[in-house]
Amino acid sequence: MSIDDIGQAMFGGLSQYGEILGLVSNSVWAGAILGLVGGLIGVFVMQRDMAFAVHGISELSFAGAAAALLFGVDVIAGSIVGSVIAAAIIGWLGARARDRNSIIGVLMPFGLGLGILCLSLYSGRAAGRFSLLTGQIVSVQSTQLGWLAAICAVVLVGLLLIWRPLRFESLDPQSAAARGVPTVGVSFAFMLLLGLVVAVAVHIIGALLVMALVVTPAAAAMRIRSGPVAVPLLAALFGLVSAVGGILLAVMGTLPVSPYITTISFAIYLVCRIVGARQERVVRLSPRVSEAAA
Amino acid sequence: MTFSSDATRAGAASDGTSAPAPVLQIRGAAIQRGDRELWSGLDLDVAPGELVAVLGPSGTGKTTLLRAILGLQPLSAGTVVALGEPVRRRGSRRIGYLPQARPLPAETSMRGRDLVALGVDGHRFGLPFPRRGDRAHVDALIDAVGARDFADRPVGVLSGGEQQRLRVGQALADDPRLLLCDEPLTSLDLANQQAVTGLIDAHRRTGAGVLLVTHDINPVLDIVDRILYIANGRFTLGTPREVLTTRVLSALYGAPVFVQEVGGRLVVVGAPDAEIAAHHHEHDDHEEGA
Repeated sequence: MSIDDIGQAMFGGLSQYGEILGLVSNSVWAGAILGLVGGLIGVFVMQRDMAFAVHGISELSFAGAAAALLFGVDVIAGSIVGSVIAAAIIGWLGARARDRNSIIGVLMPFGLGLGILCLSLYSGRAAGRFSLLTGQIVSVQSTQLGWLAAICAVVLVGLLLIWRPLRFESLDPQSAAARGVPTVGVSFAFMLLLGLVVAVAVHIIGALLVMALVVTPAAAAMRIRSGPVAVPLLAALFGLVSAVGGILLAVMGTLPVSPYITTISFAIYLVCRIVGARQERVVRLSPRVSEAAA
Repeated sequence: MTFSSDATRAGAASDGTSAPAPVLQIRGAAIQRGDRELWSGLDLDVAPGELVAVLGPSGTGKTTLLRAILGLQPLSAGTVVALGEPVRRRGSRRIGYLPQARPLPAETSMRGRDLVALGVDGHRFGLPFPRRGDRAHVDALIDAVGARDFADRPVGVLSGGEQQRLRVGQALADDPRLLLCDEPLTSLDLANQQAVTGLIDAHRRTGAGVLLVTHDINPVLDIVDRILYIANGRFTLGTPREVLTTRVLSALYGAPVFVQEVGGRLVVVGAPDAEIAAHHHEHDDHEEGA
């Protein structure tokens, strides 16, 4: 592949960009709300040390979607069933971090294998086959996009409603329980919401890359801020920029959306790491300045 | 440090006839682990303003006892009445609880103030908008535990002592008349042990009853009214002077145990798990940078 070919693949559609944007506006909206919700829920994923769980859930979500494809039922419903089952199992059996990691380690390859089996048996259009793994939002139908956006909106509302008890439970489950927070219910609700977000993300950036929208933005935000408002807002902003930016760049050419999203979110993370390291140095030199870092 | 001589404090009030209603009444309590009964038949009253320390080797159900008072874990027998109400539901905002603490991860996305604020709004469902007065409430708690200087710094960079002060602030959010502390001084340096002890004592002096689990009696000896010493499937309850003697502890352990005062600290020699011996617990590294 020559430089010209690469240029064509990346920017071939630049001359008709306005027209293309009109065609993909639904994808941009779906991406935007997913980026926002993914960034927000990521704050809790980080606090609960569940990045690996996100990956495990996404592989089972992929299996569910692949099975749905094979049996000719709705793919989004399939991915939701897969990820909610995975989230429930992880929430149920993996209350402690050590148990959780081993359960996820067991579930993940099983889900991936099951999904690949279903895809191999599936005789439909070959091009869309692996988009579940690596993502291709542009190929999602517009009615489905509506569903994806609606699910994200449900998660957003649910997350806001349990925000404070979830924060408490994520930081210190014992104190939270002692103050009457229904910790089991809150954790379970969180896993359910996480499952829903992951199912949506599978369709937009693919099962293998879900963490770029559900973990990376929050991890980046936590590098530079520690306030209860600043971190979620930044994480949501980073997720939004990654998702929307990725889609807007991708539709210029023929390349898939996912590499753009993952690259943008990774770049944001790198910048935040550097900025965070500089802040830390300043803090160490003069402890009083640290108040500005909050 | 020596035995507290002013045992006339609230400790003596619990057997007085005109004593105020106890903040905690435990009757016939028993705790099981698996099939094994750790102990049974515990009766304990804690009066307002009284501080009772719970001592004993690890694995004797001290933490379980606190959790049972909160309704988080069932007793295998017996009843608990806390603040005049039988304990039924899980958790209570009327009881303060300071669980055994681990240092928070460095990256925790919270400032000191947010940790305290969880005591004020951490139980509230619904859109996370602050209510009028929340901020002033949190500020007052921060001042009460002397945390103003570091309240706006990320909790992850704070020392264990600073984090513990903030936790005390969180636990005192609703001015609980009963405070349960589980190893509140573990891995704190001497200055912070004194600071946290002072906070607990100050709250007790407002008339709250305190039940405090500890493995080292020395830092709290001056403020303790009574000791519940659990060992060997049995327990003994009394003032420090009554309980911390060679005779009583030997009888409790069923083996020769010696209580010695060495350099102003009490040392228990010969106990199978001599947990109240001072200086046996390791100090956490993260205290060094404080």
